[in-house]
Amino acid sequence: MRIALFVTCLADTMFPQAAKATVLLLERLGHEVVFPPGQTCCGQMHINTGYQQQALPLIQRHVKTFQPYDVVVAPSGSCVGSVRHQHAMVASAAGDERLALRATAVAERTYELSELLIDVLKIEDVGAYFPHRVTYHPTCHSLRVLRVGDKPLRLLRNVRGIDLVELPAAEQCCGFGGTFALKNADTSTAMLADKMGHVLETGASVCTAGDASCLMHIGGGLSRLESGVRTLHLAEILAATS
Amino acid sequence: MTTFLGMPAPRGVGHLRGDESFPAAAKKALGNDQLRRNLNHATTTIRGKSGRVIAELPDWEQLRLAGSAIKADTMARLPELIEELESRVTAAGGVVHWAADANEANTIVTDLVRATGSPRVIKIKSMATQEIGLNEALEEAGIQPVETDLAELIVQLGKDQPSHILVPAIHRNRTEIRDIFLREMPGVDPALTDDPPVLAAAARRYLRETFLSTSVAVSGANFGIAETGTLAVVESEGNGRMCLTLPDTLITVMGIEKVLPTWRDLEVFLQLLPRSSTGERMNPYTSMWTGVVPGDGPQNFHLVLLDNGRTKVLADEVGRQALHCIRCSACLNVCPVYERTGGHAYGSVYPGPIGAILSPQLTGVEDNASLPYASSLCGACFDACPVRIDIPAILVHLRNQAPHPRSERVAMAAAAYTMDHPRLYEAAQHAAKLSRYAGKRLPPPLSGWTASRDLPEPPAETFRDWWEDR
Ligand code: SF4
Repeated sequence: MRIALFVTCLADTMFPQAAKATVLLLERLGHEVVFPPGQTCCGQMHINTGYQQQALPLIQRHVKTFQPYDVVVAPSGSCVGSVRHQHAMVASAAGDERLALRATAVAERTYELSELLIDVLKIEDVGAYFPHRVTYHPTCHSLRVLRVGDKPLRLLRNVRGIDLVELPAAEQCCGFGGTFALKNADTSTAMLADKMGHVLETGASVCTAGDASCLMHIGGGLSRLESGVRTLHLAEILAATS
Repeated sequence: MTTFLGMPAPRGVGHLRGDESFPAAAKKALGNDQLRRNLNHATTTIRGKSGRVIAELPDWEQLRLAGSAIKADTMARLPELIEELESRVTAAGGVVHWAADANEANTIVTDLVRATGSPRVIKIKSMATQEIGLNEALEEAGIQPVETDLAELIVQLGKDQPSHILVPAIHRNRTEIRDIFLREMPGVDPALTDDPPVLAAAARRYLRETFLSTSVAVSGANFGIAETGTLAVVESEGNGRMCLTLPDTLITVMGIEKVLPTWRDLEVFLQLLPRSSTGERMNPYTSMWTGVVPGDGPQNFHLVLLDNGRTKVLADEVGRQALHCIRCSACLNVCPVYERTGGHAYGSVYPGPIGAILSPQLTGVEDNASLPYASSLCGACFDACPVRIDIPAILVHLRNQAPHPRSERVAMAAAAYTMDHPRLYEAAQHAAKLSRYAGKRLPPPLSGWTASRDLPEPPAETFRDWWEDR
């Protein structure tokens, strides 16, 4: 299958290893990955911070860039959530119904990685090997906006050598929330402290998730604690082989 | 200044606006370990209980959809429904008053109490009367309001503010409660211990005397049925039932959004409300009354219909969903922000996620500009809400109306411009790589990040560099 990669601005700039892993994994499974030029950012930060007007050109750009493709994947539950639940809404609110329709059409063909693998490519065992103790944090937007359910866990359970341990209070938000982490830094930090406590309780050496943004937050905290626990994007574990 | 319909709730009266921004108030609350332990314990317990009784119902999702549909229908024809309610209540012997704002409602109630000559009123726990600051207005007029809900009584005696919709004294533990009773409760036993049954018995003794010696009660209402003119209050303690049946005069203050079209609609809400709020299959007391029944219960009944910004909320197609709220407080109990900051940080009688969308709409968003941001948009509130209010979507909607700091506006405009010009975007990516900020403490607003979190080392090459070189 020919799959267009929406890399997301954060993975592109700060976590290219997550995006590379997505490409290498899909290619290993026999698919062709293309990278539509001209893509930048989905506009979620602007929308969620209260700048819908400024987000509008970014939505237009995103729709124009991905319209020609039948299947689009992004290694981020949050950005796919924005594409699926916000783009058309913001376009409508601005009175641009044509853009809203086009955005809806693109959204219907856009998948988060675990959705693409399980729902579209119908594969649960991607042939990965990762001999480490891992705990999975279900990010809020994967869980409650996209409703990916246990899809990421089903993929992880099929990884050879993995010691997958359940994260206590897994469904509690890690406290990232985009600009929430800056505007309400103290509350965000209190939420992070509890999340890190739970991660450390598991004894895992790796904490994984489907969103580079939440991982940047959790990983930043774990690094400050010098805890020795690494954060890795789900794609990086699924791309790993012996 | 006169308030007309469609205007926000007026300033200077009631409890919808805090003294400081949410982040500033939250910072103080976060430093209070006792508060956080109390909140964590209480919200975890109630979440568990509520989850168990909700799981028993196979049609919970259908009930939520029904609740949401009935509320949407109600809002779509609110004017005709409240007029229908008015005519039914009047026909049944009640008197209906219309209050455009908190000041009008306070004046109406105060005048009504004055006319009875009673120096005191007993009160049923009610969010609407908290919202308008009725107790302060009554006290100013020399009338003593006595809260009869146990937790509300603790808050009142402690000269405190409620911090939870349903459990207003959630921030107090039993030692603190004993101290408040010893200090403030008339005729209390000086040997009072902090044993919960002993504390409850002390309150019971005090309240029984008050019930029997007070001739006027003030209540709110959970529902008002347009079709029949019936008002309903649901509660756990039975103290509300006392207030609704013993006095000669009953004055009910109800927000106009509490109306329901038909009697049958109660079937849906009386299942949704107790399970989401206290985690009970059915609340212990459901009281309903229709006007006046000669020789039985209060012989004078007044209904005050309160607007106080609600018509303004109704005019906003996205935001009006906030008026669907049945005040169950499930959204508070699942909110990771509320669990850590408590209710006072929201500066309004409506705390937690519902407060973050309702208070700014009632007051105008400029008066509560930090509240729409008091959320990580994790969405737990939407999943918990028995009437499916899309709280995260309304938060995002309100953020778009909130006044933004100038420096942020400039940064956001620059970011959007850069993101819309791929060449500039790539240049910015490379600049980020060169800046070598990793491990450093950065200036505001990024200092909020680096106070507790390291920033990752920028990668040697961006994804698109890697892709081009493949
Ligand atoms: S918004 Fe929903 S969950 Fe929150 S108090 Fe109102 S009805 Fe309950």
